Amino acid sequence: MTRYLRLLGLQLRTSALLAAQYRFDFFVDAAISLFWTATAVVPLFVVYGEETRPGIPGWSFGEALVVTACFILLQGVLDGAINPGLQAVIDHIRKGTLDFVLLKPADAQFLVSTSRFMLWRVFSLVTSGIVFGIAFHQIGHGPSVLGVLTALVLFAVATLLLYSLWILIISAAFIVVKVDNLTYLFSSIFDAARWPSSVFRGAVKFFFTFVIPLAVMTTFPAEALLGRLAPMTLVSSIGGAFVFAAVARRIWLRSIGHYTSAGG
Amino acid sequence: MKTFAALRAIPTLLKIGFSEAVAYRAEMLVWVFATTMPLIMMMLWTTVAEASPVVGQGGKQWGSGAFVAYFLSVFIVRQLISAWAAWEINFEVRQGMLSMRLLRPMHPVLSFAMSNLAYMPMRAVVTLPVFAILLVTELSRMTAQWQVWLLWPLALIGGWLITFFANVAIGSLSFFIDSSIKIMDVWLAAFFVFSGYLFPLELFPEWLRIAAQWLPFRYQIGLPVELMTGQLTVEAALPLLARQYTWAGLMVVASLLLWRSGIKRFQAFGG
Repeated sequence: MTRYLRLLGLQLRTSALLAAQYRFDFFVDAAISLFWTATAVVPLFVVYGEETRPGIPGWSFGEALVVTACFILLQGVLDGAINPGLQAVIDHIRKGTLDFVLLKPADAQFLVSTSRFMLWRVFSLVTSGIVFGIAFHQIGHGPSVLGVLTALVLFAVATLLLYSLWILIISAAFIVVKVDNLTYLFSSIFDAARWPSSVFRGAVKFFFTFVIPLAVMTTFPAEALLGRLAPMTLVSSIGGAFVFAAVARRIWLRSIGHYTSAGG
Repeated sequence: MKTFAALRAIPTLLKIGFSEAVAYRAEMLVWVFATTMPLIMMMLWTTVAEASPVVGQGGKQWGSGAFVAYFLSVFIVRQLISAWAAWEINFEVRQGMLSMRLLRPMHPVLSFAMSNLAYMPMRAVVTLPVFAILLVTELSRMTAQWQVWLLWPLALIGGWLITFFANVAIGSLSFFIDSSIKIMDVWLAAFFVFSGYLFPLELFPEWLRIAAQWLPFRYQIGLPVELMTGQLTVEAALPLLARQYTWAGLMVVASLLLWRSGIKRFQAFGG
């Protein structure tokens, strides 16, 4: 265990060195992050643009803004911590260099998923913080301590879910090799998480709650912050995420068992 | 003589591109499915309009049906005007693969254009089911004026020209800077907001709508969609088409200038 913690520290340090090497990227990332935040928020202003517009049923402007802030935060996690490492795996699989990772005396899933972090993406903490601030200013009162704690737990759950989904996509890469655009497909589906899940009905709602659990990732944390999340939902989200992660791990082990390297 | 030779090569280029599209059809389908945004926005807006219709700036009442017609049209138009040359150029410049294109006796931008265009037949086939759904469910909301349908392909071509040459311009930036794809991200973010991709521009506040009139983005998606859904008459559409082609012309000039000054800096020997 301590060995893996040390490894994680080492991997983080190389990423930090890399980030320090490209300092100019910080400004580029910050500017892009601000820009993306603006475009994430503009549609809300249009939906709630005028007094007469009904808006999303069951969500006031401020409350919907809390969901958007959760979305921006998670997108930062996805782009900064999850995407880069797993993008590297896809390249490894295509080039056949995954062998070098597999040869190392540590768990391959751990190694590939910690291989690269885009540290400048922490800037999305700032932008989501700003949006959270505006949202709770609109609502008129801040979240309760219990609400914040529950939301933090749910963010951890959401990260685990995102990560597991990613592992599943990577496992697909072993079979179809050319999956650069599967990652793009996933990002574009993740975009739906910027809206409260009550927007979706019927089969789509089911899909976004149980198959690709976007509702768990942004709507539930927002509801926790707003103090209206049922305790049962929290418990089942945590349980569900662990089941999801376990399944993803099994599928990863299976597909890595079938890996035949390049030319195989 | 040189232009003539290049023109003669076009059918072959298109044929190569088309076989590529057929070979990578699964990949292309994933790209098409990744265009989920209009469908998500459709669900969002129909939910919003359920309680009471959304009133636009022009006084038009947007009910659920109007949003369905609008966003299905957006989906179709997005497929038909798409171009991805910025990523291709960026990739080839970084990998040094551009040298191969430079060896051919024709302008590299032309070969990029043809390989992008060659995907259109396949993309059009993919949009057919959506078109069918649109006509079956929301026929009454589509324009009934045949003159407007004549202008529609023109608007699509103009939209594609803007998209493609903006791609070339941003792709050419990779001769100068490392992060041209990040600039593409910024362009895309602005495109999403101002093109009518996320919401009909009519729902914008007045000042943003004026801004959108002057930016290129609404001529990529908004104009063809508004033509299809009967929001524009022929008289109203003609000045907009003129603006669209002005933007297309500006993009052509800007991108070719950028390309020309950038290509001088390109020196990939050995990749």
